[in-house]
Amino acid sequence: MSKPELFQRDREWHPRALTPDYKTSVSRSPNYPLLSLQSSDSEITGPTFGHGDIDPIDNDLLRNYAKTGDPIGERIIVHGRVLDENGRPVRNTLVEVWHANAGGRYRHKKDTYLAPIDPNFGGCGRTLTDDEGYYIFRTVKPGAYPWRNWVNNWRPAHIHFSVFGTAFAQRLITQMYFEGDPLIPHCPILKAIPDARAIERLIAPLDLNATVPLDSIAYKFDIVLRGQRSTFFENRPEGN
Amino acid sequence: MVQSLDYLKETPSQTAGPYVHIGLAPGAAGFDIYRQELGHDIAGPNASGTRINISGTVTDGFGAPVKDVLIEVWQANAQGIYAGDGAVEEGFRGWGRVVPDFETGLFSFDTVKPGIVMGREGRAMAPHLNLWLIARGINIGLNTRMYFPDEVEANAVDPVLGLIEQPIRRETLIATADDAGCRFDIRLQGDRETVFLDV
Repeated sequence: MSKPELFQRDREWHPRALTPDYKTSVSRSPNYPLLSLQSSDSEITGPTFGHGDIDPIDNDLLRNYAKTGDPIGERIIVHGRVLDENGRPVRNTLVEVWHANAGGRYRHKKDTYLAPIDPNFGGCGRTLTDDEGYYIFRTVKPGAYPWRNWVNNWRPAHIHFSVFGTAFAQRLITQMYFEGDPLIPHCPILKAIPDARAIERLIAPLDLNATVPLDSIAYKFDIVLRGQRSTFFENRPEGN
Repeated sequence: MVQSLDYLKETPSQTAGPYVHIGLAPGAAGFDIYRQELGHDIAGPNASGTRINISGTVTDGFGAPVKDVLIEVWQANAQGIYAGDGAVEEGFRGWGRVVPDFETGLFSFDTVKPGIVMGREGRAMAPHLNLWLIARGINIGLNTRMYFPDEVEANAVDPVLGLIEQPIRRETLIATADDAGCRFDIRLQGDRETVFLDV
């Protein structure tokens, strides 16, 4: 059987493992170089998910944890497409998000920030892209929050994204930021990315065309996963 | 001038952060929200082959456990077939998520031992689990593999293990046997640092 290989991941475009201004990376980054592998079945296959795995409400963070009413905060839509580096839509792929509430507090047993938990906000959602690679979430805009790195570090408002693609080697986790956030140029985690053009790719613009008048403001965030080559490799011995 | 290449660039990675569990394993974060969380059962109820338990810790450059890590597992079934790449047992996904104990950093999961997977140019790959590690302080997910201690012959000719120049480093990818199955410790940095892969 012949299988498509993946485009090589551009390691100079992604953040390096060791980025000392993001202090936790110092002891959690490998010292030795990665061992580079050409694609095999172990890399170009990956898990798939279906509509039986999730529920329609899972992408509505205004309602998927609501107990007594809607969560507090600025109502937003976050939407976009998942494409590969060839510009093709990545269909039916699982997109998961998580973020802090409007006050910058996470619903996590390890988060002790003094901003309050919102009883109506869980902070996570998930959905499958459609045939065009399109996804949409409804939520509240997360707040900025302080973190222990330097004494006075604040994370810009952000939404964490997890995306699968079709190959385990396409697996990606990233963070989406909001246009106009003055904390963006000060964030050591964001500045772990060496290329300013790459940083821009994580900042979602306001999307007035997608806002719901008198209801919710919208931001558009497109995601690109590694592309597949048009050349194939053989995994059978010659002559078979 | 030449035509411009019109490929898109991959979205850059960012750390999953300390609260990754909210998004990927909310039960571990401390709350229930979904009808079912994904990735709790790697092999499913109908998988053939040997049931095994795998446990270990992920440690940092100081040897301290990385308690906030999340590991994803991707594996073939006992016949060496990946889900989606051929016929597998009903309910076999071959994928799961593993979260260690937040107090000790010890992880433990159950699955079936995968079979030999055919690699490039017809070279058989010894049974292995593909692992992907994310955590606070990890800017881009770390890929590695776990091989099995009872596959000495297959490991000796495995094309990926064979790429590792120093024999002592190959051993970082091979689990050790214990009473329940396998012990596999992953060292992010320093003494006996695990081999990580650019896949």
